[in-house]
Amino acid sequence: MTVVFAGHEVEIDHEGYMQKPEQWNKEIALEIAQDVGINELTERHWQVIEYMRKRYMEAGSAPSIRALGKESGVAIKELYQLFPKGPAKLAARIAGIPKPRGCV
Amino acid sequence: MSVETWSAPTETPLSAAEQIGKVSIIISKGSLDGVYPGLIMANGARMEGIEANVFFTFFGMDAITTKRQDNIKVATVGNPGLHMMTWLGSVPGMSAFATHMMKKEMEKLDIPPVSEFIEMIADSGAGVYACKASVDMFKLKNEDFAPCVNDVITVGEFYEMAAGGHIIFT
Repeated sequence: MTVVFAGHEVEIDHEGYMQKPEQWNKEIALEIAQDVGINELTERHWQVIEYMRKRYMEAGSAPSIRALGKESGVAIKELYQLFPKGPAKLAARIAGIPKPRGCV
Repeated sequence: MSVETWSAPTETPLSAAEQIGKVSIIISKGSLDGVYPGLIMANGARMEGIEANVFFTFFGMDAITTKRQDNIKVATVGNPGLHMMTWLGSVPGMSAFATHMMKKEMEKLDIPPVSEFIEMIADSGAGVYACKASVDMFKLKNEDFAPCVNDVITVGEFYEMAAGGHIIFT
């Protein structure tokens, strides 16, 4: 379905994950972050979000939590501090990429 | 294409009582196929924002024992799921071979080795506990355990910790 995030029309699935990453921008990210209960995006949040997008663009899928912890430059412990309700899912949602489907 | 105002997901949201808020997972087996399911469930719970505790007991204790945790094997005898004849499964080296193959496949899926996986689970905020009865039975000491093990607890303490959540026995 199409909804309006930060004044832009975007395609999302029924859980709110953007289906077209190219429609994403930073204002949209801020609005989604607020929706999922993260009121401020720090430099560390952005580092994770940018890694998620880069990885998705390169590999066509979201990273596993293990890869996220090893390759984003933010370790697992901090990932859970930044995104307490689940880093892989929340960062994917804020980064404007489809929902990660992996089990790990 | 209709433009809607985004509020919450459109699926009927689950009430607080229907959502899983906490899981306590018991790992009691000491084979690779006995240990991994519980670890995947624990890690998966944290990934969903669900509170998780992992309690290791009996042969599952190998998974948190530093010397043993990365030497856990697939049983090739008495394991019908492997579809291997008993005599073949008992050939020396067969268990090591099956273990090697399984680890290779898991690595492809980005499933970490046991020691790294448990550390990851602990870092994700899950509690990692050893069973007091098993510690006494196997005569283990604190220094035998991986550093991420929070505590050695009794069954009673486990139930206290598990209260209000779901218990998964593996």
